[in-house]
Amino acid sequence: MSAPIVECRGVHKWYAGVHALKDVNLSIAPGEVVGLVGDNGAGKSTLIKILSGVHRQDAGELLIEGKPAEMRSPKDAMRLGIETIYQSNSMVPTMSIARNLFLGREPLRIGIFGVGLLDKERMRRESVHAIADVDLHLRSSEALVGELSGGQRQGVAIARAMHFKSKLLVLDEPTNHLSVKETNKVLGFIRGLKPQGVTGIFISHNIHHVFQCCDRVIAMARGEIVFDRAVDATSIDEIQEML
Amino acid sequence: MRNLFRIYLEKPELAGIALLAVLVAVFELRSGGTFLSPDNLRGILGLLPEVGLVAIGVTVLMICGEFDLSVGSVFALMPMVAAELMERNIGFLPAILAGFAVCAAIGLLNGFITLRFAIPSFITTLGMLFIARSLTVVISGGFPPVLPDDIPSWLFTQFIGPGGLIRMSFLWFVAIALLASALLSLTNVGNWIKSTGGFLEAAAAMGIPVNGVKMGCFLLSSLLAGFAGLIQVLRLASPLPSIGEGLELQAVAAAVIGGTALTGGVGTVLGAIVGALLIRVIDNGLVLTQVDANWFKFAVGALTIFAVVANSWLRRAARSIRIEAG
Repeated sequence: MSAPIVECRGVHKWYAGVHALKDVNLSIAPGEVVGLVGDNGAGKSTLIKILSGVHRQDAGELLIEGKPAEMRSPKDAMRLGIETIYQSNSMVPTMSIARNLFLGREPLRIGIFGVGLLDKERMRRESVHAIADVDLHLRSSEALVGELSGGQRQGVAIARAMHFKSKLLVLDEPTNHLSVKETNKVLGFIRGLKPQGVTGIFISHNIHHVFQCCDRVIAMARGEIVFDRAVDATSIDEIQEML
Repeated sequence: MRNLFRIYLEKPELAGIALLAVLVAVFELRSGGTFLSPDNLRGILGLLPEVGLVAIGVTVLMICGEFDLSVGSVFALMPMVAAELMERNIGFLPAILAGFAVCAAIGLLNGFITLRFAIPSFITTLGMLFIARSLTVVISGGFPPVLPDDIPSWLFTQFIGPGGLIRMSFLWFVAIALLASALLSLTNVGNWIKSTGGFLEAAAAMGIPVNGVKMGCFLLSSLLAGFAGLIQVLRLASPLPSIGEGLELQAVAAAVIGGTALTGGVGTVLGAIVGALLIRVIDNGLVLTQVDANWFKFAVGALTIFAVVANSWLRRAARSIRIEAG
């Protein structure tokens, strides 16, 4: 069996005296789509922020594909193939889809020290592909993200992660503030991760959503992992009872 | 209608251009053809680079989500520093470089204080407005220095072109405007500036060095304001400590008239220029059509309010439009 795509060993995190993560041990295999559930303050967000490079653990080890990983910024995490989609989504509404897709990773025609002229043609071409790959149909990659619905925006965010060949996609409550129809669309995008060989961590308040699109469910409470089982081997009732 | 909104969102300066065309036509008719005469155009185009350069810097900074109210004072301080040094015979170029170094220090200080202490740049630069103006007066000692005769003022003030229609400063202005415009629309740095102002959290999450971007824009705003001040002083051939008063507000007005959003993320260099040109045209046109010149500020004020109301209305309307999945 290949190395886990991500592994946490004895991870601890304190915030100003609050023990936010207590000895978290977690291992996710390539291609798995894992649902992470738990109440507010259970430690989900803290764990995610460590995985996406926003925070650093105070103790314990983080391994990406079997190798110890040092992540000091979201950029480091992205370089290692971890892409995070936040609930308040990570798109700039006043910019076009193409510009958002390549934000911070713009292809350049000419450049020195990482600064230069945008390769607009390539941005246009590749963003059209990227959007089509997640089965999202938009008229043009020049449309402003502000014109898209919430579900479509999450679709573009997922397309962006796919395009940059992310190995691990972290979705932090991507269905918050979305209508039922839009939510279903986003759940569809998440189901689409597995066929493309992308590993996913899907954070949600809604256990029903997790059961609709994940292989495995992990529940957290008071900074600890209290439940970890394949979706087939458990039921919604069992998890609800425990939380 | 829908297409109109999209065009508006992509080219927010179009409304300003349309208004400019209307005003030019009205003034041309009312002044009996004097408005577009070479002599009058020479006046308008000769002054445009000064407010235009300031407006460009302020606009780029506003696009990245910050304000600079100190530009009017920097406009006076830079040439005062340079002129004082020229009077001490250190040479034209070193004096100008020293002036720019002062501008750079002010711009970086504006940015550092704003970001380090997480306070609104409106406040930081309001403070700097007073500080820089005070420094200007203190340095001049009440007696403005006399510019040496042998400095190459012609590099900025010489009339050129067919019939001497424009000044050299206009070429500097066009070159800088083209560069700034290219920076915003053609480079990855432009992408970072727009995203920093458009949605700071998203830009930071995507690894954009948002603080570095803002520092750079503060720096640019200060340098351009100083350069514009230098041009004016060379044109007037005398560094007065009072020049540029109220210029910061004209520059903000030019930016918003040209479609720049106060909330950041939206705006263009062309818009800033159109806004600055509108202000110059109103100023000049009112005089030529023999309207009491005291109405100038009234007109600029009304135009500014109208532009922002129209912009926010259009933006709200545009936001309610969604692209359907097809």
